[in-house]
This record gives sequence, C-alpha cells and structure tokens, in this order.
Amino acid sequence: MSDRSGLRRTPLYERHLALGARMVEFGGWEMPVQYSGIIDEHRAVREAAGLFDISHMGEVEVRGPDALPFLQHLVTYDVAAIQPGQSNYALMCLPNGGIIDDTFIYNLGDHYLVVVNAANTPKDVAWMHECAKGFDVIVVDVSERTGMLALQGPAAEALLAQVAGADLAALPFHGVARGIVSGIPAIVARTGYTGEDGFELFVAADDVGRLWDELLHIGRNAGLKPCGLGARDSLRFEACLALYGHEITEETNPYEARLGWVVKLDKGDFIGRDALQRIKQEGVQRRLTGFEMVGRGIARSEYEIRDLEGTPVGRVTSGMPSPTLGKNLGMGYVPVALSTEGSEFDVVVRDRPVRARAVKMPFYRPRYKK
Amino acid sequence: MAFKTPADLQYTKTHEWIRIEGDEATVGITDYAQDALGDVVYVDLPQVGARFEADGVFGAVESVKAASDLYLPVAGEIIAVNEALVSNPELINKDPYGEGWIVKIRVAPGVGALMSAEAYAAFVDTIKHP
Repeated sequence: MSDRSGLRRTPLYERHLALGARMVEFGGWEMPVQYSGIIDEHRAVREAAGLFDISHMGEVEVRGPDALPFLQHLVTYDVAAIQPGQSNYALMCLPNGGIIDDTFIYNLGDHYLVVVNAANTPKDVAWMHECAKGFDVIVVDVSERTGMLALQGPAAEALLAQVAGADLAALPFHGVARGIVSGIPAIVARTGYTGEDGFELFVAADDVGRLWDELLHIGRNAGLKPCGLGARDSLRFEACLALYGHEITEETNPYEARLGWVVKLDKGDFIGRDALQRIKQEGVQRRLTGFEMVGRGIARSEYEIRDLEGTPVGRVTSGMPSPTLGKNLGMGYVPVALSTEGSEFDVVVRDRPVRARAVKMPFYRPRYKK
Repeated sequence: MAFKTPADLQYTKTHEWIRIEGDEATVGITDYAQDALGDVVYVDLPQVGARFEADGVFGAVESVKAASDLYLPVAGEIIAVNEALVSNPELINKDPYGEGWIVKIRVAPGVGALMSAEAYAAFVDTIKHP
C-alpha cells in the first residue's frame, strides 16, 4: 500500500493514526516514530513491555536442497551451526568485505527465513538472486505478504503466555517455532532489537492488525505500550546494536564494526572471505567506538570527530541522550589508537569542538533470557 | 490537532515566535515546533552579548531523536537567556509561549520575514496536509 507521495505503508497505518502516532518517512516507508513520546516508550520497554510494528522489514524465504550451501556462500556466519528451531545474526558482505546488509537467519526446519532491513530489501533480494546462480534453491521475497511485530521487554514472556501455547512463551534465546497466537498462525522467535528479552512475530499481512489489537488489549494493564521507530532506535543504541546506514555500510567491514564474531573464516569459502581474512591479518585502521560526551553537547550522526590536536579523524555514526543512563552518548569510527576506553577526542557540535571520552560498549548490558 | 498560535506574537517559517516590545523582544519556538520535536532534552543557548543577523542560527533545541537549529527572527543582540531551560528543557514542551521562552534580544535595525498568527497557522496547515 502506498499514498501519492510514493511512501509505502504497513497494514497497521490506520491504527497508528488512530493511536495518535506521529508518522515519518523511514527507508521509503511511512512509519510511526512515536505515540506517547520516545522517552515514555523507551522506559516502557526497559521496565514492562512495548509493541512495535516492524512490518516494513524484509523477509526472504530460502528453500531447496542447496538452501544451506547457498546461505553458507552468501553470509559470513556459519549457518550450519544454526540448528532447526534456532536463529542467528549474520552479515552479507561484498567481495571486498564491505557490508551489504545485516540479517537474521531463522532455521524453520524445512526452509530458512532471512530478515533484512526495509530500505535494503530490493538490493538484498537482487543480490541473493544473483548469488543463487548454480545453487538448487528458491529465493522468494515474502515481505509484501508478511506482517511483523516485536513484543519486547521484561513483561513480554508473561504477555505472550496469555495468547500462545506455553511452548512458545518458553522458547530459548534465539529460538523460533511455528504456532498459534490469539488464534492466528504465526512464526514466533525469541529475538529482538532492544537489548531486552522479547519476541518477534511473523504473521500473514492480513492478520497483523488483529494480532496488534489483541496484544495491545491483553497488555493494557501490564504497562504494554505501542512503540515507534524513535524508541526502537534509542533502545538499540543503548545496547550498541548496529543500524545499517550508520554503524555499518558497504564502506565498513565487520572487523572495524566490532562484528568479527559474526565472521567465521574457518567455515569454508564464502563471499568476501579472502578480503576479510586479509583485513583480519593486517589489522584494522579504525574501530567503532562508544563514547560519552564530557563537555556540554549531544553528538549526532555524521558529526566530525577530531583528535586533541584538532585533526579530523572520523565521524559519529549514532548519538543521542541515553534515556536509561541519563548521559549523552555516541558511537563513531576513530583510529585504533583512540578506540581504547578512556581515550579522549572532540566531537564537533555546531562548529564547536566538544570533549568526548571512549567508554565500554555496550552502554546498556542486554537482559536476554538465556 | 490544533496548535496554539497566540495572536499577539509574530512567527517565522522555521517555527520561532517573537514578541516585540519597543526595541526589545522575546523569542521561543512554537507549539507546533515543540510537538513535532517531541520531548526536548537539551537546549543549546547563546552567550549574552552575542549578536546575530536576522535568520542567524543562535542555538539549538534537541530531542532524543534530533537536533534542530534555532533561527533568530530579526537581527539583534542577546540580552538574556532562559537559564531555567538548562535544568528543565521540558519547559519548552509544557509552555512554549510562556515559561519555555528561549532568549530576549535588543532588536537591531533590519528586516526579518515575519508572519502574523493567522498566516503562520495557515502555513502550518500546508505542512500538515501537503
């Protein structure tokens, strides 16, 4: 669905308006950025639960006898280690090691479901089709007919248990299973993008409205709030989860982004392996670094970073006042020498250098149920 | 939702308001602007004594999500800043035309492109319903 401005809308568009959401453009989609307020929604997820419409995300099914070898060729993670009923984070890289996209791969036993970033979906699907040549696989973009919700926060498990079988609410960390939620056939996974325990639910696009209504209804007395992309961003930021287009792009490689753990060089050949092996051997020049503002000012994406001599040395990838920690925090690329905890550099805020100090990542320690 | 646009103020396309009293004036951001920005968490205030041209950037208001520059509606010299915003930036959300004022200036000769309340309300309507 789309309006005259060419922006796409999820099946929940009218519901967002009815809830008083402020809508913004994000990756070609018209999405809710907030309902009650970013800070209020952020706190709800840290302390109770939040419900996010993430139907803009791309979903790609990979089926066929060569599904596993194809995915092994496509991504940096060892997909053979993802057992049926499990999922994991993975990266698609260019032959030069640049990151095409970050994905989550769910092993559903008879096929794999690959979740990709909304704005990257056309690029990713084209790349996957290109890379599928010579493999006996079927790669199908099911984004259009798939609705996706994220139910996140410490109260998520108890809420899900009210509308789904005990087996779904008891899924292990990164577990995934088919089931029925509020009478609706769903794929349920214990995954998310907030640094809290929680679930992501995949249903038919036609059913996502009913599921949204039902979850908001059962959660009304448990502190569950509808949450927009603003809180989604501030929550993932505190947990230092990468956002494509910011911490990771085609011009960044996994090692400098501190995602070396997602690259399994010993799993056999895959796209980008030679380049990544070389990068690892030679060592990176710059590194994604978390920092706290020491002076007064808030770092924002793209602000320049200078060393203490005033030489430009990097850029901020994300920055904001952290609602949970009450500090002005940021992430950005700096030379390796400045990436160690306690190193100081300046962030240029409206033409004024403001002192910042490197701190440990993540800023907020995730509270996953493992 | 109807945003407040007090009739005794003048407005800019960048969503500041100005109350001119003789050669002094008070400046803040509009109800529409504070709502669009969301919870204000930080205000970057200028130094008292600083001079700016009309439409000059004299500071910024920031929410969790974004930073938004502040433009001075007319040329002038800063004679006071609202220090209460340093510890209570949310005053801008609660009372944008009152306790959430941002700076007071001594107005310098010069022309700023100001709108009446009526013109500004119509302008906001065109933004909301393009």
